[in-house]
Amino acid sequence: MEKRIGVFVCHCGTNIAGVVDVKKVAEELAKYPGVAYSTEYTYMCSDPGQNLVKDAIKKHKLDAVIVAACSPTLHEVTFRNAGRASGVNPYEVEIANIREQCSWVHQGDKDAATKKAIRIIKTMVQKALLDEPLDPIAVPMTHRALVVGGGIAGIQAALDIANAGYETILVERSPSIGGHMAQLSETFPTLDCSQCIMTPKMVEVAQHPLIKLMTYSEVDDVSGYVGSFNVKIRKKASYVDRDKCTGCGICTEKCPAKTPSEFDEGLAMRKAIYTPFPQAVPNKPVLDAEHCTYFLKDGKCGICQKVCPLDCVDYAQEDEIVEEEVGAIVVATGYDLYPIASVGEYGGGKYPDVLTSLQFERMLSASGPTGGEVRRPSDGEEPKEVVFLTCVGSRDPESHMPYCSKVCCMYLTKHAMLYKHKVHDGQAYLFYMDVRTAGKGYEEFYTRAAEEDDVLYIRGKVSKIFEEDGKVMVWGVDTLTGEKIEIAADMAVLGLATVPNPAAAELASKLKIHTDEWGFLSEAHPKLRPVESLAPGFYLAGAAQGPKDIPEAVSQASGAASKVAALFAEEEYHREPIIAWVDEDTCAGCRVCISVCPYDAAEFDEENGIAHIQEAICEGCGACIAACPSGSASQKNLTDDQIYRMVSAALED
Amino acid sequence: MKIPYYPGCTLHERARDFDVSAKESAKVLGIELEELPIWTCCGAVFPLVTDSVMEILAPVRNLSYASRIGDSVVTLCSFCYNVLKRANKVMRDDADKREKANLFLRADTEAREAIESYTLEDYEGQVEVLHYIEMLRDVVGFDKLRGKVKNKLDGLRVAPYYGCMLLRPKKEMEFDDPEQPTIFEDFLSALGCEAVDFPMKTECCGGFQVVRDEETAISCSQNVAASAIRAGADVIVTTCPLCRYNLDVKQEDIAGRVKDWRKIPIIYFTQLLGIALGIDDEHLDFSDNYVDPRPLLAAKSAS
Repeated sequence: MEKRIGVFVCHCGTNIAGVVDVKKVAEELAKYPGVAYSTEYTYMCSDPGQNLVKDAIKKHKLDAVIVAACSPTLHEVTFRNAGRASGVNPYEVEIANIREQCSWVHQGDKDAATKKAIRIIKTMVQKALLDEPLDPIAVPMTHRALVVGGGIAGIQAALDIANAGYETILVERSPSIGGHMAQLSETFPTLDCSQCIMTPKMVEVAQHPLIKLMTYSEVDDVSGYVGSFNVKIRKKASYVDRDKCTGCGICTEKCPAKTPSEFDEGLAMRKAIYTPFPQAVPNKPVLDAEHCTYFLKDGKCGICQKVCPLDCVDYAQEDEIVEEEVGAIVVATGYDLYPIASVGEYGGGKYPDVLTSLQFERMLSASGPTGGEVRRPSDGEEPKEVVFLTCVGSRDPESHMPYCSKVCCMYLTKHAMLYKHKVHDGQAYLFYMDVRTAGKGYEEFYTRAAEEDDVLYIRGKVSKIFEEDGKVMVWGVDTLTGEKIEIAADMAVLGLATVPNPAAAELASKLKIHTDEWGFLSEAHPKLRPVESLAPGFYLAGAAQGPKDIPEAVSQASGAASKVAALFAEEEYHREPIIAWVDEDTCAGCRVCISVCPYDAAEFDEENGIAHIQEAICEGCGACIAACPSGSASQKNLTDDQIYRMVSAALED
Repeated sequence: MKIPYYPGCTLHERARDFDVSAKESAKVLGIELEELPIWTCCGAVFPLVTDSVMEILAPVRNLSYASRIGDSVVTLCSFCYNVLKRANKVMRDDADKREKANLFLRADTEAREAIESYTLEDYEGQVEVLHYIEMLRDVVGFDKLRGKVKNKLDGLRVAPYYGCMLLRPKKEMEFDDPEQPTIFEDFLSALGCEAVDFPMKTECCGGFQVVRDEETAISCSQNVAASAIRAGADVIVTTCPLCRYNLDVKQEDIAGRVKDWRKIPIIYFTQLLGIALGIDDEHLDFSDNYVDPRPLLAAKSAS
């Protein structure tokens, strides 16, 4: 039996009706084979408009509906729901776009526009004639989330998801959560102490009944798909029974082996068995075998084991793989500084008094290696002239990174200001390309640094830094006066570019989520889907997606968490059924579809020697369909036959 | 082992000492530098115009000559190296310019045949342009070089001066890190000398400005030499005839202006190599130096 199709032509006020003769369109379509009913109305998306559709479906016993209106991105869902409410399968409700693709672009020619509108609708009639009723694909959902990365973004995401009532696993590579934010001294533009606002959140994570915290652990492998991922997490050998350990610290105190502290950015030493900083969460040590005397000298030492009152140290401990099932994954792997070795023009790290911005943060921190005093690492003197450099490796497409690292203008302004607060008779110089202060209270903060704290802002770049006779020589240019500048300073601080955490690239490839050419995680849409990856079930938070300050990282993390919570609100996950399928009778098993599938949805059925599309993974991109040499792969409701008929209708006289 | 050698004009004129010390040292290391049977000036400066190929014809012709006798060409002068290497990169990467340059090469083949008795073939950038120090590192090997050293110049504090042309532009030269290069230091360590790190090792000597604006050249040279002296160097080694000239000869002017200026000898790295390999002074030719390095070198190599 032929389908009964209803055509509903929308005026969109005068948007369509001002150009297209909508009456004539409705009349013409009424005569077209397959069309059982055709009408027009001023605003089809309005309540009366939708009711008109619903009533007509019942009255005229329609099997399929075509709404000739605006782009399907606007109202496809609206009319599918209207169809469903009256008993038409939503996937047999089609939109014919006669606004963006017709009336808006043919405003001068009513006659031609009307003819084109008719053609557009006819093509959709041809499609609708062969549309099959489809149901969304239901995928089972594990209501547990994985958050990768324990910096501020990961912490915020984990807390928000857990507070929404879902179990969350937070995996962090280093011995403690806290990330770079835990290293910072004070934060712009309010100058509140970073640790003071950070540590309560860290403690909250540790104590949250729904958060399973796994520090000193890494994600090894992820398989599965949205709703049911299987994750292998490697708990690195810490050589300490961290469940039994009380964090008394005696092992650290007695350990004889020292190595530069990562947390203090090499400005201080730590022991081989250590907690990275006093407020660490969990506050229990790990043993770093690479620097441990016991491991380096074949068992000669063992002091930590001897002194531990609870017998927690176990030199035979090995990495452990833990498997977890989760439904969604938030990636918050954070950033790192562009390596100082890459900026040879500023010494590449060979001058002790040329510091990275994170080193200077540690120096400013009350809990840092100098107790918050600004001192030259070379001789311990208080520097009287300090030069701060923005855009070190940023905005330099010729030699380094082309992008703006976004946060350096502000944190260097903060650095210069805090330096002046500590060294009243000191002089701070800040070289800049542009001072970018786009944030609440940021411009005022910058003005305060320049006007109240006498930070000397010099517009221009520094060409070279070298040390000679105990001075840090800075050669630069003031592009406002056109003069060369030479400063014999006591210290320089480099605002190195923000780059993705180097380990993040490896993780991204394990997770099969996209990154940009610099390794930052790619969002699904730069404006409208900024916290999701294109791969379903993966969400992005923090500086792993691009340079960000704390408020932005926190906002994005909360955004990602709310997306996870919305996903988990359903018992099952429902996917669009417009996906590929393979005709088992004609498939020759050449595997071309498997090689082109960007989502790994096509798999090979060894038993039958044919390809198979996994419904839960396929995104309906069509790559396999175009590639299939035998025409066995096709898209549901977008078959070759449908496309052929649509083209024929479009070309009909 | 024979390797094609492009000397460039200066090495047959003002920098004969560079040429002879390089050839003699290579011999000791088992390499014969085979001078191209025909060569012309390299053009001296890589053209900054981007829409013309006329300016790269001279280096391309020389590269084409080299391609007839080998798959690499060694050169010494920093300017020649810079021009040849960059012109070669154009021939490799820019199909349009490659085609145009070859059209020019073909067009003058006839005229050329009368004087040179062989034709130029199309050139695709196939020759590897090597600096002599790269040859030492990659063909000879610094480890092997270390084994050939007869005169250990223990305690000689040498400032390795790179200048600019070897290193920049980074993406075209691909020679070493333009800001913190190390190849010279590695070379000096193979000879047993102490390499003195000095901040001006990659700064400009003034270059061709010496012709037009002598003051600039003098101040640039003073900047470089003074930095090496402050860092405690006994001698500066260079790889460029123009750097040698500016740093060496302009010390006469500097000494007239700066009170108690301690003159520092400037020698080619191949001369230092020659001494280390035990070649006598005659073949290394220190006759052209304004600041005579011989007393210092004699004292050090005797010790």
